[in-house]
Amino acid sequence: MNPEFEEAIRDASLPDKTKQQLRTFLEGKEITREQFSTILDRVINEYMNTRIEACEAVGIIAAQSIGEPGTQMTMRTFHYAGVAEINVTLGLPRLIEIMDARKEPSTPTMTIYLQEEYSGDRDRAREVSWQIEAAPLHEFGDIVIDMENMQIVVQLNAAVCDKRKISVADIVEIAPRKIKDRRHYRDFDHEVDEKGAVMYFMPKDKESYQNLFQLAEHVRNVIVQGIDDIERVVVRKESGEYILYTEGSNLKDVFEVVGVDTTRTRTNNISEISQVLGIEAARNAIIHEALSTLNEQGIMVDVRHIMLVADMMCMDGEVKQIGRHGIAGEKESVLSRAAFEVTVNHLLDAAVANEVDELSGVTENVIVGQPIQLGTGDVKLIAKPLN
Amino acid sequence: MPSPKRIGKIEFGLLSPKEIRTMSVRKIIWADTYDDDGFPYPQGLMDLNLGVIDPGLRCKTCDQKASECPGHFGHIELAKPVIHVGYTRLIRKLLRVTCRSCSRLLLSPEEIEKVVGTEDDLTGDVLSEKDIKKERLCPHCGEQQLKINFEKPTTFSEIFIDDGKKIEHKLTPADIRARMEKIPDEDLRHLGINPDVARPEWTILTVLPVPPVTMRPSIILENGQRSEDDLTHKLVDIIRINQRFKENQDAGAPQLIIEDLWELLQYHVTTYLDNEVAGCPPARHRSGRPLKTLSQRLKGKDGRFRGSLSGKRVNFSARTVISPDPNLSVIEVGIPLAVANEMTIPVQANPFNIEELRQMVRYGPHRASLSDPCGANYVIRPDKRRLRLAEGNLETVAEMLEPGWTVERQIRDGDIVLFNRQPSLHRMSIMAHRVKVMDGRTFRLNPAVCPPYNADFDGDEMNLHIPQTEEARAEAAILVAVEENILSPRFGGPIIGGIHDHVSGIFMLTNQLKWHSKEEALYLLKNIGVEHLPAPGKQEEGRPLWSNKQIFSTVLPKELNMVFRASSCQNCETCRRELCERDAYVRIIDGILESGTIDKKAIGAFDGQIVNRIIRQYGMKRAAEFIDAITHLSIRAIMMNGFSFGIDDEDLSKTEYGQIEEVLSNAVNDVQRRIKIYEDGQLEAMPGRTPEETLEMQIMQVLGKARDRTGEIAGRHLGLGNSAVVMAVSGARGSMLNLTQMAGCVGQQSVRGERIMRGYDDRTLPHFKKGDRGSDAHGFITHSYKSGLNPTEFFFHAIGGREGLVDTAVRTSQSGYLQRRMINALQDLKVAYDGTVRTTGGRIIQFCYGEDGTDPMKSSFGDPVDVKGIVESILKEEV
Repeated sequence: MNPEFEEAIRDASLPDKTKQQLRTFLEGKEITREQFSTILDRVINEYMNTRIEACEAVGIIAAQSIGEPGTQMTMRTFHYAGVAEINVTLGLPRLIEIMDARKEPSTPTMTIYLQEEYSGDRDRAREVSWQIEAAPLHEFGDIVIDMENMQIVVQLNAAVCDKRKISVADIVEIAPRKIKDRRHYRDFDHEVDEKGAVMYFMPKDKESYQNLFQLAEHVRNVIVQGIDDIERVVVRKESGEYILYTEGSNLKDVFEVVGVDTTRTRTNNISEISQVLGIEAARNAIIHEALSTLNEQGIMVDVRHIMLVADMMCMDGEVKQIGRHGIAGEKESVLSRAAFEVTVNHLLDAAVANEVDELSGVTENVIVGQPIQLGTGDVKLIAKPLN
Repeated sequence: MPSPKRIGKIEFGLLSPKEIRTMSVRKIIWADTYDDDGFPYPQGLMDLNLGVIDPGLRCKTCDQKASECPGHFGHIELAKPVIHVGYTRLIRKLLRVTCRSCSRLLLSPEEIEKVVGTEDDLTGDVLSEKDIKKERLCPHCGEQQLKINFEKPTTFSEIFIDDGKKIEHKLTPADIRARMEKIPDEDLRHLGINPDVARPEWTILTVLPVPPVTMRPSIILENGQRSEDDLTHKLVDIIRINQRFKENQDAGAPQLIIEDLWELLQYHVTTYLDNEVAGCPPARHRSGRPLKTLSQRLKGKDGRFRGSLSGKRVNFSARTVISPDPNLSVIEVGIPLAVANEMTIPVQANPFNIEELRQMVRYGPHRASLSDPCGANYVIRPDKRRLRLAEGNLETVAEMLEPGWTVERQIRDGDIVLFNRQPSLHRMSIMAHRVKVMDGRTFRLNPAVCPPYNADFDGDEMNLHIPQTEEARAEAAILVAVEENILSPRFGGPIIGGIHDHVSGIFMLTNQLKWHSKEEALYLLKNIGVEHLPAPGKQEEGRPLWSNKQIFSTVLPKELNMVFRASSCQNCETCRRELCERDAYVRIIDGILESGTIDKKAIGAFDGQIVNRIIRQYGMKRAAEFIDAITHLSIRAIMMNGFSFGIDDEDLSKTEYGQIEEVLSNAVNDVQRRIKIYEDGQLEAMPGRTPEETLEMQIMQVLGKARDRTGEIAGRHLGLGNSAVVMAVSGARGSMLNLTQMAGCVGQQSVRGERIMRGYDDRTLPHFKKGDRGSDAHGFITHSYKSGLNPTEFFFHAIGGREGLVDTAVRTSQSGYLQRRMINALQDLKVAYDGTVRTTGGRIIQFCYGEDGTDPMKSSFGDPVDVKGIVESILKEEV
């Protein structure tokens, strides 16, 4: 492109995105100086025209833009998002979940990207996945209930251990500890034969078979490798690299696994993101999750609306719910809260606390029958008498 | 005009007994309402001092008539104090945090400071129950504290241990009140209570305000009997018990009886305040219906707040069924004469319009036909007196009319009105249209404005509102008009555009190259406002001919340049552009359609590329004109050939039926084969799935593919000569899947995304063997809608269909609630003059709206500038 044009584009007061678009569309085109200047003038002119106007009720527009297509969304909870093996809540229930700022989504999942040295190779990717996927003890060997001696015998399979890159010594150490700490079952003793890769578990109360079977259940299911919350990991190749999809989510622990690319890895558990990475990350996660939920349903919604919702939810430094227990319940105006939900309690509490409603919001002014302070109602013209 | 006063703020507080007595105009002591002559008892519940509801009587307090008197409060002196139910939690908290003997906060000043912070430090919190340890000694007087037990709804008791036995000592409201009175003001402030307006002892009622009669009017039934309001009934109960209580008290009745009566009084006051308290049987009407008392009046969707204050009834509105009229402009709305005659606009008379108004008054309220000029229904004199115009007084009133009077004239063509359809989910659900008075009894609208309203004509009704002031009309014309709302703020694209037959019609007109005679060309372009035909495209046998693309081009703006692909585009790997066999490469240069088919992508609602480009380059008004032209043109185009669809349009030939049958039987056999593999235990499960789930997934896949294959076979037979194919390809309505189901095979019915599994033990219906996993036993329908379903298939189809219905019903309520919550959370946000987003209270939410200050409505599908469009229109080539 003509360097003269290049310079003109650079110096124009336009957003980067528009400048980039201009460059790509004009690249390799034969254009006269006159054509270029008309194009640039019109671009700048249109840019000025698309500025938002003061007093615009952007909140209501955002709420309508997200709420209106809700009727068009599917209710079906389970859908397969990209990976056939993993169920994810989508559609309206997921959107409601995001706006509710639930502590835990109904189907937590993670998308784990790997560092370069791991992402290119299936086996190395698998190695990382062993470190993440929760594997119960029974996958590492045979578990036999020896009723005669009232004990449980675990014969570890060295080949499996080797394949999954965990030493027998580790398993032997982890298993009893985790039964005690994680599963809160303490009424047993254990013995270890590390050379033979055999473990023996004995219930403290040797009188009851019930205890034996209960213990066997704990021994069988104790997680000895991987991260407890992550029930399943699926390795998939996508655009030339291996990616791990998980069922269950634990961002903090996954970040500590060697080989995980912490810059790209994400979870759909927003409150977890806010705890691990902070409120700014949570805000971005809300935007990403809401937008992808809507787009998956083929609904176009401008990001700006979702950004506004996310900013409102994260305003106070913690993720707050849209509704009674969050934004709507913490409003300053008594009348606005009373008009939303739990009318009577808000009024009674306001009386003892001597609350004052300044009548600044929309609902309050509708209730008392005054013009609202938005849009044309926000503009005050005072005529100055001629003389 | 009264001076426009503004309510600055509203302060909330408790009424003290003193205040209640001062504001009361009458002490109420009689439980009866009216005497035998139908006259209110003095000092009864309907005392004339409390206001009047019967016409003709005058209020004894303010001496005004029923319509003017706002009503006045009375009061009842309660024999003994009772607890206000709404404040039981507060009372419990106060009892637990204060000393039982000295009533001071159970914390030393140092401990208080730890929670509340020092006076100039504002970070502190108010004290809560948790800050105080249970059953400790009072730091001020050393008294041992007891556990306070609270039993719903209003019983408090202290528990102390005597000889190892738990003894419960009941606290009467009088005891509690005594304790509350002693709590020092300073301690209350630490608890978040402002003692200036809300002393805690005021939550225990000693005197009860009696609301004015205007708040609880009695209705006179047809038989002349009076039926009292629920509140009056409840007050009658209270007074009656109160009276009896007093008598017993004065007579020195035994403690037991007093306690019983006290509890009864408490019950009545409780249900008077709230009739849905947990642990308290609701007070009932004689018919068994629970009474609607104070709380119930405020609560819920039809309560005072949501039903009467946030949403109000209005005058100057009309509602009727809607029907389509493609000859109207999108900015117009057809209004029945009957509605136009009834509804009015006030016009102030001045020297310039007085003659016109006199003429309207002379015409009077009766406008018999569309051709008659509009008349007037009322005249308002400067002293606010309203004169109804009727046959007899027209001439006299017209003579009396002079500047300063107001005439309420009828609606006529060109007036601006607001048009609305519920549910009003977004702002385009209310738009301003221009009136066109019409015959008939329905509102008429151009089908192109259906998408924003989400309206159809299967019996939908819509509302109409007439703006009454000059300001309202200005806002309607400038902000709410249809032409201002073609773009949706949701995604920055047009939401008004051609639908259904508009798309089919314009597709049939513009697809491929066709030639039309002069007669045909003129027929198509009639009523569109095209003044001159372009030069004919070619001559044949001495007759001039115009191409279909030429005819379409006449409605395009002259300098329009754009290139895009129509919705019939198949996204081939190498685009053949102008040579596309589907004619899907649309190229418009200088307002001439050079190639391509116009369809949904070009003019449809939601995608309309041409509409979008016209808005950006020529403005909303030109776009509205374009939509008008396109709708008229397409309707004429579709009428030229006619367009219909019947059962024989789904006919296929013998070869196709054979092929379909083969595909289906192959699929069914394939399913059987896979089931066999599974039953032999040879099926390898997918990672993380059971073999059974894997089998199900495989079966679904095989059957899905088979159905698609039958669709392809049917599609090969049915070409663009088939109406359903035209509709599917142009994007007007339906899809190839619908056609597949009609002509080929309906396919798998599913519940929650899985094959149908429910029913009897191990089988869906008694027609199948137990444990049958075959395709037909779990809802695969091999027949087409045309060939008809067999009974089991029909039943499965009904199961699948039911799921869809339930889904819709659940979804509407859920998404409605989500929207309500979102609106409530975000409604106070606006863009301030400095470009920041703030709440109306002034809190900043964003420093720059949307991080770039772009209005999503004016944006081009999210981009601040439609660079592609601008470059295209200057360079006149695809970019």
